[in-house]
Amino acid sequence: MINFEFTEEQIMIQQAARDYAQRELIKDVIERDEKAEFPTEHIKNLAELGFLGMLVGEEWDGGGMDTVSYVLAMEEISKVDSSCGVVMSVNNSLVCYGLEKYGTDAQREKYLKPLARGEKIGAFLLSEPEAGSDATKQRTIAEDKGDYYLLNGTKNWITNANSASTYLVIAHTHPEKGHRGINAFIVEKDTPGITLGPHENKMGMRSSDTHSVMFTDVKVPKENRIAEDGFGFKFAMKTLEGGRIGIASQALGIASGAFERALQYSQERKAFGTEIFNHQSVAFKLSDMAVKIENARNLCLKAAWLKDQGKPYGTASAMAKQYAADIAMEVTTEAVQIHGGYGFVKEYHVERLMREAKLTQIYEGTSEVQKIIISRSLLK
Amino acid sequence: MSVLVYTENWDGKFKKSSFELVSYAHAMSGQAGGEAIALTIGEVANEELEKLAQYGATKVLSIVGDAYKEMDAALYAQAVAAAAQANGCEIVLMANNNEGKGIAPRVAVKLKAGLVSGATALAQSFDPFVVRKNVFNGKAIGYQQIKSANKVVTLAQNSFEIMENPVAFVAEIFDADAAESKTNVSAVDKVTDKLLLTDAEIVVSGGRGMKSGDNWGPLEELANVLGAATACSRPVSDEGWRSHEEHVGQTGKIIAPDVYFALGISGAIQHIAGVSSSKVIVAVNTDPEAPVFEAADYGIIGDLKTVLPRMVEEAKAFKANS
Amino acid sequence: MKILVCISNVPDTTTKIKLNGDQKSVDMTGVQWVINPWDELALTRAMELKEQSGGKIDKITVITVGEKTVEPTLRKALAVGADNAVRIDTVPTDDYYVAAQIAEYLKKEPYELIITGIESSDYNGSAVGGMLAEFLDAPSISSVSNISFEGDAFVMKKAIDGGNETVTADTPMVAVVQKGIAIDPRIPAMRGIMMARKKPLLVEAPVEIEALTEFVNFEMPKPKPPVKMVDAENVAELFRLLHEEAKVL
Repeated sequence: MINFEFTEEQIMIQQAARDYAQRELIKDVIERDEKAEFPTEHIKNLAELGFLGMLVGEEWDGGGMDTVSYVLAMEEISKVDSSCGVVMSVNNSLVCYGLEKYGTDAQREKYLKPLARGEKIGAFLLSEPEAGSDATKQRTIAEDKGDYYLLNGTKNWITNANSASTYLVIAHTHPEKGHRGINAFIVEKDTPGITLGPHENKMGMRSSDTHSVMFTDVKVPKENRIAEDGFGFKFAMKTLEGGRIGIASQALGIASGAFERALQYSQERKAFGTEIFNHQSVAFKLSDMAVKIENARNLCLKAAWLKDQGKPYGTASAMAKQYAADIAMEVTTEAVQIHGGYGFVKEYHVERLMREAKLTQIYEGTSEVQKIIISRSLLK
Repeated sequence: MSVLVYTENWDGKFKKSSFELVSYAHAMSGQAGGEAIALTIGEVANEELEKLAQYGATKVLSIVGDAYKEMDAALYAQAVAAAAQANGCEIVLMANNNEGKGIAPRVAVKLKAGLVSGATALAQSFDPFVVRKNVFNGKAIGYQQIKSANKVVTLAQNSFEIMENPVAFVAEIFDADAAESKTNVSAVDKVTDKLLLTDAEIVVSGGRGMKSGDNWGPLEELANVLGAATACSRPVSDEGWRSHEEHVGQTGKIIAPDVYFALGISGAIQHIAGVSSSKVIVAVNTDPEAPVFEAADYGIIGDLKTVLPRMVEEAKAFKANS
Repeated sequence: MKILVCISNVPDTTTKIKLNGDQKSVDMTGVQWVINPWDELALTRAMELKEQSGGKIDKITVITVGEKTVEPTLRKALAVGADNAVRIDTVPTDDYYVAAQIAEYLKKEPYELIITGIESSDYNGSAVGGMLAEFLDAPSISSVSNISFEGDAFVMKKAIDGGNETVTADTPMVAVVQKGIAIDPRIPAMRGIMMARKKPLLVEAPVEIEALTEFVNFEMPKPKPPVKMVDAENVAELFRLLHEEAKVL
């Protein structure tokens, strides 16, 4: 049976995220985007409210919430500030999830708990200068030295690179085994030999810190390897499946945030004798936007529901991510259009949302990669 | 039915709102077939008490004594209720201001009276007794019936025109036994003695369109010429251009002057909520689409840099000729 | 020490108000119900007082008069951090009725401080706090813009014209609070939200008492006539209109 009702807790969670976003994040979001300033205070507040470890079980100091609640919260935060949204998503769906699902008790005790409490932030290091979509071509090497691994290589486009204390790094231990020789490691950021490249000067989500990370003879303790030898690639793929739900929800928020502003504007702005909403060309644009957002939301919620039910959700999350990202680009572009000249200036937010939408089509698996996943699933 | 109208005094003086209340009480008692009896607590000179008779109070009661020096709501309510009963007044009227909101509910329970908070007009009918008031923050109008024999009504600010109805002045000291006070005022902090924003009949207010806190000179001059109080919108007080005491709006002060000049204020809902009960709103703004023009009665589209000095000149000319 | 915060369940303040066909009631279909904004601020301040009291204030209770449908609003208050909730199971017919019900509950469970909001955003009544105090024969302080806890006593800042007073009172006391009592309503943390259902929510039977007032009908306000524009070159005209037409100058 299909039940489209949310529980009281889910509604309260959504409302709490909305209140924080509309009351606090809104205050300095434009300024932080312009200055590319990390939202330190806000991340601290979001951590205190419990938004950074929502899905982690209570036994690991997490919120023990379901993925549906997570989607709702991510959407609300991203309507206003998708930079905070991406910090939240990486921490929750990639780092916390990966550790909770595949970490040992000792690893979870040491690393997961502070992340779940929001005391520390995590980063996920997979992409490399020569390996983005083609993730099997890892060049970062983690040499097995007996009681430790020696890490050498460069990772690119790492979100939270500077603000994080805990890195999950994917690297090749046995290149001769192909992707079955890849491992995942917990690496503490202050380990000697780690240097960060300069802060990337990005098109959008400029308030989140993105750097390349260089490893030069970095020693990683043996016990920091996640799961058995050679599990790393599978670990990355499985973790990204959940990460997709976070990014899909972020894209959904960017789209719905832009849509809400365009809808409001269309009811205030007058042209040719009436509010522009009363002109069919504008009303029909808004109608199309509403339908796309409704679809994106349903895909996100379905993927979340499947995950909560313990059912396979990889295809569903790929559909959600690809669709939400693509419509986010369309919806934000139209939102700028509806605003006319005002849409082109920073003060009205929608130009920033349009710049942000673009990245959702690229990171954590480009829309094209999502289509590879979806088309393969059609043959199963 | 007779009406007991509680008229607050400020250091022995009445304000325009006091006379509005007595005018209302007189009109209501006329409708109800009774008297309007005024009551004030504290030392008030006879010449001042006589003013209430100008507006129709057939008897002016005074309660004096040390017990009443501090406004202890319980004691004041006890006194008001006793005065109402002693003088055969079934209706008790007071203002819906700070003091009224503190006392009226206690009087209502003492007299087992239904209470209408914030009436905006005279009773629509007496049998049944029904009074008009705003509901849902002014989005609708409600007609509230009081079913009990005794009735308490508080009057919303600026809801009733002052009407002179002079009657013979009769003053009386009312003896009210005060119980022990259970509250204690340990300090009084008077922030300002100048014209209170909430009392002012004319208010000149500036918003972000004023561009800078340095530009307030002409605005203050206009206020001076008109004998007005100054106010501002929230962004202005947040920026520190003006004090928080001047901030009017949903999260600031709610005011109801006769004229509210909104200069360089866009008219966000939260700001308008603070001034919507004004009799007349005048808006000056460069943006013809600004929402303030939906709320305003009169508007000028123009740059304050040129319009404001013109307003000062014209205000001076107007005052000279009136 | 215990604090009781009285809350009422009201339509969200952005709701578009519509009247039912007979104009005798407001159409509540599809309305989002929330805690009355002043009560939310009161609860926020109560939480702050408890957190800063070093354990001396150890219980915050929220109470409301309403049917089962108001329980989500009570749970929101529990999510924000109240320790327990009480619902008096009856329709809140008028302020006198509501105050009488709460007074009855207080006979069983004493509290040192009772906080109410100065107004409710639905019918804009300003009554429950004062009425409750009178029923209890307790002191009430109204227009309270701040409450602090000093030593072992509650100290109130009361707004008066042109300033404020510092007031203390015997317990139990009723503080009727206005804007400024807290800056923003507290946002419930995720942990609070997940714990809300586990906190006690007591349902009490009402007492028999008559309401003294009733809304007999409603109407929508008349639409405002459009703004009259005055030329920026002719400011004298504005003053003429204000004097002759509006008669306010």
